[in-house]
Amino acid sequence: MLGIELPPFLIFYLGALIALVGGATWRGPALIVVVVVSALNLWQLPSDFGLETQLMGMALKPIHIDRLSLLFGYLFHIAALISVIYSLHIKDKTQQVAAMLYAGSALGAVFAGDLLTLFIFWEMLAVTSVFLIWARRTDTAYSAGMRYLIIQVISGLLLLVGIILYFKQNGSLMFSEIGLHSIASWFMFLAFGIKCAFPFFHNWLTDAYPEATPTGTVFLSAFTTKVAVYSMARGFPGTEMLVYIGATMACFPIFFAVIENDLRRVLAYSLVNQLGFMMVGIGIGTELGINGAVAHAFNDVIFKGLLFMSMGAVLYRTGRINGSELGGLYKSMPKTAILCIVGAASISAFPLFSGFVSKSMIMSAALKEHFNIVWLLLLFASAGVFHHAGIKIPYFAFFAHDSGIRCKEAPWNMLLAMGIAATLCLAIGIFPQLLYQHLPFPTDYSAYDVSHILTQTQLLFFSALAFVWLNLKGMYPPELPSTNLDFDWMYRRPLPRLINACRRLVNRVDLTIRSRIMSIGNTLEQRLAALNSGEGVFSRTISISSMAAWMVTLLALLLIIRFF
Amino acid sequence: MSHSQDFFDRPETLRWILRSLYAICAVLFGLDFIIHRHSVHPWEGLYGFYPVYGFIGCVVLVLVAKWMRKGLMRGEDYYQQVNQSAKEETHAGD
Repeated sequence: MLGIELPPFLIFYLGALIALVGGATWRGPALIVVVVVSALNLWQLPSDFGLETQLMGMALKPIHIDRLSLLFGYLFHIAALISVIYSLHIKDKTQQVAAMLYAGSALGAVFAGDLLTLFIFWEMLAVTSVFLIWARRTDTAYSAGMRYLIIQVISGLLLLVGIILYFKQNGSLMFSEIGLHSIASWFMFLAFGIKCAFPFFHNWLTDAYPEATPTGTVFLSAFTTKVAVYSMARGFPGTEMLVYIGATMACFPIFFAVIENDLRRVLAYSLVNQLGFMMVGIGIGTELGINGAVAHAFNDVIFKGLLFMSMGAVLYRTGRINGSELGGLYKSMPKTAILCIVGAASISAFPLFSGFVSKSMIMSAALKEHFNIVWLLLLFASAGVFHHAGIKIPYFAFFAHDSGIRCKEAPWNMLLAMGIAATLCLAIGIFPQLLYQHLPFPTDYSAYDVSHILTQTQLLFFSALAFVWLNLKGMYPPELPSTNLDFDWMYRRPLPRLINACRRLVNRVDLTIRSRIMSIGNTLEQRLAALNSGEGVFSRTISISSMAAWMVTLLALLLIIRFF
Repeated sequence: MSHSQDFFDRPETLRWILRSLYAICAVLFGLDFIIHRHSVHPWEGLYGFYPVYGFIGCVVLVLVAKWMRKGLMRGEDYYQQVNQSAKEETHAGD
C-alpha cells in the first residue's frame, strides 16, 4: 500500500514533529492524516514483520507482532483517531505534540518484543502524558501532574529493576509469559500493577485524570492503563492473585463513585472498576478469560472514551463539571446527552451495547472456573456500574434539577468524535463477531442467549428501580461540593507533614551540632590568642642564659635515654 | 422559569417514565417463572435471584457510600488549604 514498512510507533512520532513545526490552522487536520496513514501502515505490515538487533551482547526485538499486540495496535489507532477529531478545535501546540508522542509510545509499548524496549516506551508514556495534565495550566493541575509523574516514574524504575534481575537469571530479555516465580517477576508485576491501578496504587488515576484538559483526559483514558492491561495479559496470565485483586478493584471504587461530585472523577473511579473486570479475566487465565479481558479492554477504551468526551464537552461549554452545579443540560446539549446515554448503556452492559458482549465473557469464565464468590462480587460491581456510571453521570449532568445553565451544543468535531465512538459501541454490541474474530484465541462464544439477556436486563432494571426508590424516599445522597479522602490522602497530608517534621528535626539537630562546634572552636581560638598575647606563655621574653641551660638539660636527657 | 414546560420537567412525563419502569420490572420478574434459565452458580437457579440481588446490591451500595461520607468527606478546597499552609510553613522555615 505505502510501499514501505515502518515500525508502528514511528509515524506518530513523525506526527509529533509535524505538530511541532506546523501552522495552527492545518495542524489539527494534519494529525488526522497522520493517524490514518499510521493505521494503513499497520494494516499492510506482513504478519511476520519484526525487528531484531543486538545491544552489548543482548538480543533485542524492538518490534514483534502477534494477535494480542495487533488487536491493541488497532485499538490505539481507533482511540487516537477519535481523540484527535475530538480535539480538532484545539490550537495548543503543547497538547498536540504531547498527544502524538503519547499515542506513539503506547504503540511502541504494545509492539515491544523485548523488555528493554518495553521499559523505554513505558517511561515515554509517563513523560509525554503528563503534559496533557499540565496543559490545563492551573495550580491544582500542576501538582496533580507532579504526583502522577512521580508514581509513573516509580513504576518504570520498578520495571527496570525487575528487568535487570530477570536478565541476570534468564539471560534473555524477550517479553513472553513471566509468571510470579522470582523476585524479578514480583518487581515487574508491581510495576504493571501500578499502571493497572491496583488498590492503594490507584490514586494517580483518580487524582490526575480529572485535572487534565477536557481533550487531554480523553487521550489519557485510552492508553496508559490499556498498555498495562496488555502487559499483564502477556506477562502474567493465569496468576490467581489477579482474580482477587481484580474483584477488589471492581468493587471498592463504586462506593467512592457514588459520593463523588466531580463527574470526570466519577468516571475515573469507574475506570478502575472496569480494570478490575479485566484483571479478573487475566487472572483466570483460560482462553475465555483472556479473550474476555482483552475484549473488555477494547470496548472500555471506546465507551469510557465516549463518556469522558461527553463530560469533556460539558466542561468545555459550561466551565463546570461538578454534579452539584449541573443539571437540566439536555435542553442545551441534547445531542451530547443522547451520545452520553449510549456510552452509559454500553458501560452498564445493556444487551445490544458493547459492554454486554465482553463483560459477560469474563463473568462466564469466572463461573466456569468456580470462582463463585468472585462472581457474586462482579455481579454486585455490574449493578454498581450501572448505578454510578449508567445513571448518575447522565442524570446529574443532563437531567435532575435544572441548574439554569444555558449553553451551546458541543462543537461539531466533538459531536463527530462522540458519534464515531457511539456507532462503534452499538456495532460491536449488535455484531460481536466484529470483535470476537480478532481476539487472541479463536472463540465460538455467544453472549446472546436467552438466559444471559434476561438475567442481565433483570439486574439492570432492578438497579434502576433501586435508584428511583432511593430518590423517592429521599435516601439518595445529594451531590455535595466536597473532597472525599482516599488513599492519596496518605501521601498528600500525613507524609508531607512527616517529611516536614523530619526536616525540622534534622535542621534543629544540625543547628545544635554546628553551634556547639562553633563555640568549641571559638573557645579554643580565644585560649590560643590568650597564650600569644601580652602575658601569655608564648609571648613571654626569656633570657639567653636560661635558654642555654634548658638546651643543655635537654641534650643531657637525650644522652641518658641513649644509654638505656 | 420559562423552560419549566420542557419535556422532562413535566410531572406527567415523569409519571409516565416511572410507570413504564415499574411495568418493565414486573414483566422481567414474571419472566423468571416462564422462561427456563440455565444456571451454573448454586444461587442462580432461585426465582428472582437477579432482580433481588440487583436491587439489594444497589441499596446497600448507596447506603454504605452515604455512611462513608461521615468519615471521608471534607471541604471542597481541603487539599488547597493544605498546600497553602505547607507553602507558608516552607516560607517561614526559610
